[in-house]
Amino acid sequence: MNEIIFLVFLAVIGLGFVFSFIRMLLGPTASDRAVAVDTITTTVVAFLVLLGLGFDRYVYLDVSLVYSLLAFLGLVALARYLERGI
Amino acid sequence: MELVGIIITGIGVLFLMLGNFGVLRLPDVYNRIQAGTKCTTFGAFFTIIGVGIIQPEWFWKCLLIAGFILITNPISSHAIARASKKIGVNLCKQSVVDKSEDFK
Repeated sequence: MNEIIFLVFLAVIGLGFVFSFIRMLLGPTASDRAVAVDTITTTVVAFLVLLGLGFDRYVYLDVSLVYSLLAFLGLVALARYLERGI
Repeated sequence: MELVGIIITGIGVLFLMLGNFGVLRLPDVYNRIQAGTKCTTFGAFFTIIGVGIIQPEWFWKCLLIAGFILITNPISSHAIARASKKIGVNLCKQSVVDKSEDFK
């Protein structure tokens, strides 16, 4: 894969991180922050797979699979906490 | 074959960036959920499938990750939307109709 195209892809995804991170910092309610974290985790999974392609390491796919599983569990727990407390 | 993978990955990356931009720009929690879930699911799916097309021996594991995202992402966003409706987060001022009062 061409190196410059790969760096452009990583830069575009990184720009997306900045947008969601700003929303996570200044979101008015707790739900806004939860939505921003949800978006960031899905973006991180795609970022890890792309990084594994760039470094040519197969292990990154396992890392992204476990990361998506843990992020899903954490977000469901966070939503339940927002709804009725622990 | 690699060119097809690069094009599909580019579409996915563009949609990921636009979904994150929608999370920053839109005025309301529910609109932000709309942008941050639909757009991001599409973008992550296309990015991961594109990586699987570029590197063909990784294809089945990439399909597994993409299917997992496709299943779990709507569930978590639905949970967040339901929780924020129950704790009383209001809609934005420009919104026209709210049908959720009819189903209580």
